Amino acid sequence: MNIGGRYGGLQAAGPAWRCASFLIALGVLAPVLTLAWLAFGSGVGHWGPLFAHVLPQAALNTALLLAGVGTLVLLIGTGCAWLVTAHDFPGRGVLHWALLLPLAMPTYIVAFAYLDLLHPIGPVQGAIRWMLGFDSPRQFRLPDLRSMPGAIFVLGFVLYPYVYMTARAMFMTQPAHLMEAARMLGESRRGAFFRVALPLARPALAVGLSLALLETLNDIGASEFLGVNTLTVAVYTTWITRSDLAGAAQIACAMLFMVVALVWLERSGRRHQRFGSAQRMRAVQPRRLRGGAAWAATAAAALPVLIGFVAPALYLVWESAKRLRQGGGISQGLLASLGNTLALAAGVTVAAVAAGLVVAWAARTQGSGINRARWQARVATLGYAVPGTVLAIGLLTPALAFDAALATAFGWQGLPLMAAGVVLVVACTIRFLAMPVGGIEAGLSRIPPAIEQASRLLGETTGGTLRRVHLPLLRPALAAGALLVFVDAMKELPATLLLRPANFDTLATWLYAEAARGTYEEGAIAALAIVLAGLLPVVLLARNQLGTPAATFSPDTP
Amino acid sequence: MSSSLHLESVRLAYDTPRGPHTVVDDFSLALAAGDIACLFGPSGCGKTTVLRAIAGFEPVRAGSIRLGDALLSSSQIHLPPEQRRVGMMFQEYALFPHLSAARNVAFGLRRLPRAAQRERVAEMLALVGLADAAERYPHELSGGQQQRIALARALAPSPALLLLDEPFSNLDGGTRERLTAQVRDILKQAGQTAILVTHNEAEAQAMADRIGVMHGGRVTHWQGTAVA
Repeated sequence: MNIGGRYGGLQAAGPAWRCASFLIALGVLAPVLTLAWLAFGSGVGHWGPLFAHVLPQAALNTALLLAGVGTLVLLIGTGCAWLVTAHDFPGRGVLHWALLLPLAMPTYIVAFAYLDLLHPIGPVQGAIRWMLGFDSPRQFRLPDLRSMPGAIFVLGFVLYPYVYMTARAMFMTQPAHLMEAARMLGESRRGAFFRVALPLARPALAVGLSLALLETLNDIGASEFLGVNTLTVAVYTTWITRSDLAGAAQIACAMLFMVVALVWLERSGRRHQRFGSAQRMRAVQPRRLRGGAAWAATAAAALPVLIGFVAPALYLVWESAKRLRQGGGISQGLLASLGNTLALAAGVTVAAVAAGLVVAWAARTQGSGINRARWQARVATLGYAVPGTVLAIGLLTPALAFDAALATAFGWQGLPLMAAGVVLVVACTIRFLAMPVGGIEAGLSRIPPAIEQASRLLGETTGGTLRRVHLPLLRPALAAGALLVFVDAMKELPATLLLRPANFDTLATWLYAEAARGTYEEGAIAALAIVLAGLLPVVLLARNQLGTPAATFSPDTP
Repeated sequence: MSSSLHLESVRLAYDTPRGPHTVVDDFSLALAAGDIACLFGPSGCGKTTVLRAIAGFEPVRAGSIRLGDALLSSSQIHLPPEQRRVGMMFQEYALFPHLSAARNVAFGLRRLPRAAQRERVAEMLALVGLADAAERYPHELSGGQQQRIALARALAPSPALLLLDEPFSNLDGGTRERLTAQVRDILKQAGQTAILVTHNEAEAQAMADRIGVMHGGRVTHWQGTAVA
């Protein structure tokens, strides 16, 4: 019996739990270790040509893209969060959650939509020409979206919600009296924002920024459609086009350094996030704007929603309707990809929630001391930071070796695990494991130890207690985790592209293939299905995180 | 430096969905330069609202607030807080957690040249007896020390009027008694006009020249104390 740990008096999980938790952590680390071995084990001479031709340009592109997207998401996310927190204007009640909507738009779908929307002979440029009185694209056209600025624009307007979310949560909990103190010391509203509110929010901004940049690093569709050759694209082409696994592993290793830097940024942000929120205090009350200022605020807060969600979503609805009206209905191929997508997402959900339960449970029932299982839980949740392509390249070698061993041992043909999609499910599970682990850990921490002790005293075993007491209590956490994983697996593109079995298409790869070919046929329908599914977790998020605290009316706050 | 303060028939109200809800009505107060007044009363009597109106955080529905010759608030005019030359010590001190004690004190001195800032900060820290805590951050200070830094910060820009909102309520008994006397000495030494809000009678007696007993949004009576 382990007494005096964090959950004092709980019995440690049995060896089976701890062993399973260890294996899961090892599984998450496997691709990273493989990459290191591939990149450095294959002889340093190999690095020569790659260093000379591929890496410098791709690394520079990636750095430029990260810098541009980072600047844009910070400006939009912080600006909108402050606008919505400290001001009242028409539409604020809707916009404060609508600003989250672009989260439902995967980057490759927005790029797909804007390529068509902003095409020289597309609707937007046509309308501008009509208004200006031109009649041919030769007389007037906007700069080409297929460029670095275009990619920064597209990614920035869908990834800003990561910064918006963390910044808004921070501004909402900042005590109002700090801003008032700044005003009493002679600062204007603007001055108080820049000298007090913004410096205090810096850790939260770092967290949001690093999440947005990890998404940028993970993105493959948008960069490729828009012709920006990033490291992610280079990994993909090095392996798919040139079949150079060692080369792909080396580029992937270079990306891992960027990942480590971003994760460090995120963790240090989280460590410093303790400012101010220790006591519950009166929060900043929104100031009512009037006249032109009010409408300017509405327009400013609505613009990111329009660009990042409404315009591309309307485009998808319009194109889907057009396609369906033209007859033919939905092709067999698209239906098959929908089935594949749902099957993949279901498989990943079951695997990730089960693994998450094992890891969180093993971590919880360890007492104080070395606490290996809690450390394992931290390792197991690192997958979210590893870009899908990097993860896939890292998993290929162990998966192929395992497949070969299986084939010889049982006399099977080919690559049994790859062909059955098991490797793809494993990759997605690793990438999305952080969500169920986080949710279940939070859920477990809310269940008092006395409940478990009562169950044990009534004669139930650890496993029985988990089944009869904790699982029913954890149902909301499990459901939320499952939903998040399911939707993310539906949207997943980079790892799916590299690890899918032959002739296996998901909605995302279907869309990718159409965009790559430049044939816009049923892509919009596939994209619309993904976006609709993606709306579910956004609704959940809006309800959980941004639920406005009930307006407390108190005539006097002594 | 310090100015006199005049509140004339001030009405204060909160907006509610069912129209304005009056909290303070026909509130008048005259305070000579260098005097310390106290608004004393139970929670919800409107005393903090009066303080926030003088600071510029609440609009005045009727009547006027004047500081020396300057009109701060009326039903038409509302000078923003940063232009009022009014300092405030908050109940929770409201020290900026990302700035050291010295930089907290220097916060309101931005318009002074660097050297003058440093000099004024040193002077203020010495005044509250915390010269050696200059580089410490708020979370490294005790409650009493935080309170004195908050006082130094509020006094540093030489406000024409200082507002103190329950300044001692977060301190334990012994510290509270010691600091009450210290703060009064500091204010008197600086000739500072000040208004204190409290629900603690001993504190009111120890600090103020005059005490306005508030109830239901009005001062029911004034008592001068012998300590003048």
